[in-house]
Amino acid sequence: MRGALLRRPLPLVGMNILTELFLTFAEIGLFTFGGGYAMIALIERSCVESKRWISHDEMMDITAIAESTPGPIAINCATYVGYKRKGLAGAVAATVGIVLPSFCIIFLVSSFLDNFLEIAWVAHSFAGIKIAVGILIFDAAVKMIGKMPKKPFPLAVTGGAFCAMMLINIFAVRISSIMLMLAAGMLSLSIFLAKRSRRPEGGER
Amino acid sequence: MIYLELFIGFLKVGLFSFGGAYGAIPLIRDVVRSYGWLGDDALSCMIAVGESTPGPIMVNLATYVGRSQAGLPGALIATTAVVLPSFVVILLVMILLRKWLENPYAQAVLRGLKPCVIGIVLATGAYLIVRNCMGTSCGKVDVTATAMAVLLAGIYFGSRKRWKGGLSPIALIVLSASLGIAFYGWR
Repeated sequence: MRGALLRRPLPLVGMNILTELFLTFAEIGLFTFGGGYAMIALIERSCVESKRWISHDEMMDITAIAESTPGPIAINCATYVGYKRKGLAGAVAATVGIVLPSFCIIFLVSSFLDNFLEIAWVAHSFAGIKIAVGILIFDAAVKMIGKMPKKPFPLAVTGGAFCAMMLINIFAVRISSIMLMLAAGMLSLSIFLAKRSRRPEGGER
Repeated sequence: MIYLELFIGFLKVGLFSFGGAYGAIPLIRDVVRSYGWLGDDALSCMIAVGESTPGPIMVNLATYVGRSQAGLPGALIATTAVVLPSFVVILLVMILLRKWLENPYAQAVLRGLKPCVIGIVLATGAYLIVRNCMGTSCGKVDVTATAMAVLLAGIYFGSRKRWKGGLSPIALIVLSASLGIAFYGWR
């Protein structure tokens, strides 16, 4: 059994499908840095091209579903593929597989980190890193704006949310960003309902 | 009861994290600050660690916060809680409610929610940068930090013009760490 695990490129004949799901996604979880879309390429190569667990069209489909559901896309993919192959047990095996490597690594790293930060040069390097993190978050938002539809309503919501969140941050108001998200969702829903009630015969479905 | 707080806190994060890896960061910031688990500095430091280690940043942060507050059980609980909503939602979508997402009402809510997340992420990034440049006290500009911010942003965004893809996030983190040591000294 151990030998089979080590010679990974074999098709793993006779290996339990659950074990295979777990190991495949554990490998993906272990080798993708930065998360998110970096993982999609790896999942596509492994689950579509090499194992043929799902088709390319299904992969596109998952990406679309992941856009409309919460959570990291990698986890959405793992759950989907796992369920497809082996029902609920498969979904659990694949999801645990993709989460476990980062769990173990962070667990180890964080046990060193606390003492580590008391060393002067480490603390100084983190003074630089803090700024880089701000830039990375800002850049992630700029990229999202690039991909977003350039219509008045979404742009207005983004602008409004930006201003509201800035004010919340600056004045340290205790309003959760979840409240902002719910408000934006409700606003969009009421505009939709208002439009629909204005021309009732124009209902699409 | 810390275990329950961790579970509920990260369940909220998992449930509302639309918009990819960075979409969750403002939420995590909300939760860890409201319970007093981490400040902005420790959080930034962990985002950098999460960016430099494998796996989704959201999971990395949940594990870290859980461990720092309540050891191994805390880490397990926080990580499970953050993953659970996306796991359950995908199963629901697959098993019975495929039509849910195509439902015009659900789509209408998402049309408002998604651009809102983008605005929140933008504000979080901008605020973290500004706060670092202003130092600890209001109204006083930290010249060293501002110089670093200008330099880093220039290199990061400039590199993208020079060659395709530009500097990777990890490369930026390594660069910023060296700049931090260069500006503030070794000891």
